[in-house]
Amino acid sequence: MTTEIMPAQNLPQIKGVKDVPYDELFVSGHRTCQGCESALVMRHMVKAAGPRTIVLGSTGCMYVANTTYYTTPWVVPWMHTQLGASGSAALGTAAGLKVLMRKGKLKNEKINVIAFCGDGGGADMGIGAISATLTHKDYNCLVLLYDNESYANTDIQLSSQTPYGAVTTFSPSGDTKRLMHTRWKKNVPGMLAAGHPESRYIAAGCAAYAVDLMNKIRKALELGGPTFVHTLDPCPKGWDYHPQYSQELGHLAVETGIWPLYEVMDGVCNLTGPTRQIAEGRKKRKPVYEYLKRQGRFAHFIDEDVEHFQAQVDKMWTDWLIPGVIPFTVPAKDVAILKIDKKPVHEQTKTA
Amino acid sequence: MAVEVKPKETSEIETEQLATGCEAIAEAIRLADVDVMAAYPIRPYDGVMQAAAKLIANGKMDVEYIVADGEHSQFEIVKHACAVGARVFVGSSGVGWFYAFEAIAVTAGLRLPVVAICGNRALDDPGAFGTEHNDSLAVRDLGWLLPWAETAQEALDLALMAWRVAEDKRVSLPVAIGLDGAFLTHSQHIVKIPTQAAVDKFLPKFDLGDRLLHPDNPITIAPQVDQDWLMEIRRQNDAAMRNALGVIREAHTDFKKIFGRGGDSPFLDEYMTDDAEVVVIGQGTLSLPMKVAIRRLRKERGLKIGLVRLKWFRPFPTEEVVKSLRRFKAVGVIDRDYSFGSPYYGGVLYNEIRSALYSQAKRPVIVAFIAGLGGREIEQPMATEIFEKTMAAAKGDLAGGDTCHWIGVRE
Repeated sequence: MTTEIMPAQNLPQIKGVKDVPYDELFVSGHRTCQGCESALVMRHMVKAAGPRTIVLGSTGCMYVANTTYYTTPWVVPWMHTQLGASGSAALGTAAGLKVLMRKGKLKNEKINVIAFCGDGGGADMGIGAISATLTHKDYNCLVLLYDNESYANTDIQLSSQTPYGAVTTFSPSGDTKRLMHTRWKKNVPGMLAAGHPESRYIAAGCAAYAVDLMNKIRKALELGGPTFVHTLDPCPKGWDYHPQYSQELGHLAVETGIWPLYEVMDGVCNLTGPTRQIAEGRKKRKPVYEYLKRQGRFAHFIDEDVEHFQAQVDKMWTDWLIPGVIPFTVPAKDVAILKIDKKPVHEQTKTA
Repeated sequence: MAVEVKPKETSEIETEQLATGCEAIAEAIRLADVDVMAAYPIRPYDGVMQAAAKLIANGKMDVEYIVADGEHSQFEIVKHACAVGARVFVGSSGVGWFYAFEAIAVTAGLRLPVVAICGNRALDDPGAFGTEHNDSLAVRDLGWLLPWAETAQEALDLALMAWRVAEDKRVSLPVAIGLDGAFLTHSQHIVKIPTQAAVDKFLPKFDLGDRLLHPDNPITIAPQVDQDWLMEIRRQNDAAMRNALGVIREAHTDFKKIFGRGGDSPFLDEYMTDDAEVVVIGQGTLSLPMKVAIRRLRKERGLKIGLVRLKWFRPFPTEEVVKSLRRFKAVGVIDRDYSFGSPYYGGVLYNEIRSALYSQAKRPVIVAFIAGLGGREIEQPMATEIFEKTMAAAKGDLAGGDTCHWIGVRE
């Protein structure tokens, strides 16, 4: 064991770029692709969390490309976990630390536990374990889902996070079938926020808005209990664009309204960044075509595909109860339901 | 517990109490001061989790008790708790064990000393609750240590041994204790429950040393090693498994010194073998009907027969097995498992025993039996048939050569 004792944890909100911590805890040694936004998420994630952090990484790009034996980029302790096990890895680690500190077998201090997974590991295979973890309110751990919208490590196969119509190796565009993949992207942070009322923090972020993302990580860790952050990560290899445009595509995903930035903190939903500006009418949503046309995975789209995509995104903004978050509303005739008597039961007026 | 029996002070080191196999294991969990355990329901192993839950609810032990969302999560949770230094317990049965298979495989690869029980149960489909050993045996090649218990007492004793052997730095491998479903998990025995002080003398505190995952020890566990290093790492696991034999012997000696139990050998339990010409060998609770048959057939017919019960399947105690079995004219191997398409269509244990004896110049005739699948009772006529066939083989009548005999099956 090293004898150096790291400083105690202090994670205030970051006020701007100049306020971002200087120390890098995810350094050279990885071999991710040029322009990999997921690698940037990893860097921001541990930068925000600080050195008193244990990171668990489930199988995926950020395991295979990041952690070659003898050249690990992780300055913080890091451990591999299985593809569908990010939720369980977070839970087991947090439970272990908690009980060892309670029994006096380990020094009592705050240690951050972060388990990350990709969209395949988190939105597909591991969603059950993540969901279970978000109900265990006695354990402090964060699950971070880095979403590059395909199984990018294995060969770009489609996942439940691959957008409608996109070409992947499991959904090529052919002479007979132009679109092999016609399922709409699963709304993971919305689903988790709706389904886990005791999780104190669930958020959607993007590395293109770095300070916003780092603050979301810090809020998740500071509030404690089981928390969840989902990032959308442009992927040059999977999305088929030049690596220099990763940040730009991140911005476009948000500005077109396809990927809303938000947080659900203690049961209150806040839209953040440009998403808030769009919702407040201070910024106009860009057409999705601006985003789609920059990516080879949509090169086979004809006008009707773009129109369908636009219509679906419009629906998120016009019909959803909360744009991009709650994918349903109430019928117009029942609109009064939204003005429910919110007083506690014993204070409610007896009308019936 | 179905019947409450007041604990009776029997000595300074233990009290006696009526307990099922599952309840005996729960007592071991309490005595070992386990830190994290993860539960998920499946019969019959989950009797342990029910018994442990009662101990926690009644303030008898302090453990993080996590009810998981499936067996895969169960095994992943304890694996990761173990990596930060927690002593852990987990378990499953039958297809549940298979649902956890990925996590089971990596736990051994990671060299994390997780202690589990496998409440042996037939695999679906079709459904059956009773004992079959194929669930435990499926992990035999992966680096899990696999002991089998015969009684609730042995279940408790083996559990205490399990943490000691698994956590020993020379081993650092997981252990899965086999408990025959229903026959052992849910039948009550008088069990000697050791005192905490006695257990503390036997079982040291868990210390992962420089493998602890902690910010003060920022290691990277299980990076991509590829063809560069995987073979060397497998070889280390092989060495650990070889070390386990000696560590089990040490633990057995100490256990006997403190508690006075455990028999002559940590690996084999021999019954009426001194003058035996023919023996049968098997694992777990099938020894009980076989012992009854041995006493009966010795009395009724004067047959010189005995039983060798194998207590550890992994590491396989080759030396002890060879030394014991080469004394006899014939050995009947009773498998409570199957291995379809295997050499001579025998069970798993049969082929292991045969392989262990192959290099011996003088070796017994070996006869394969498959019996008691799906929890079917091994009744006395079946036991008689097993001994008759093995006796006949000893006299040169192989009854159809290297046939594997399915006992008590409707053809």
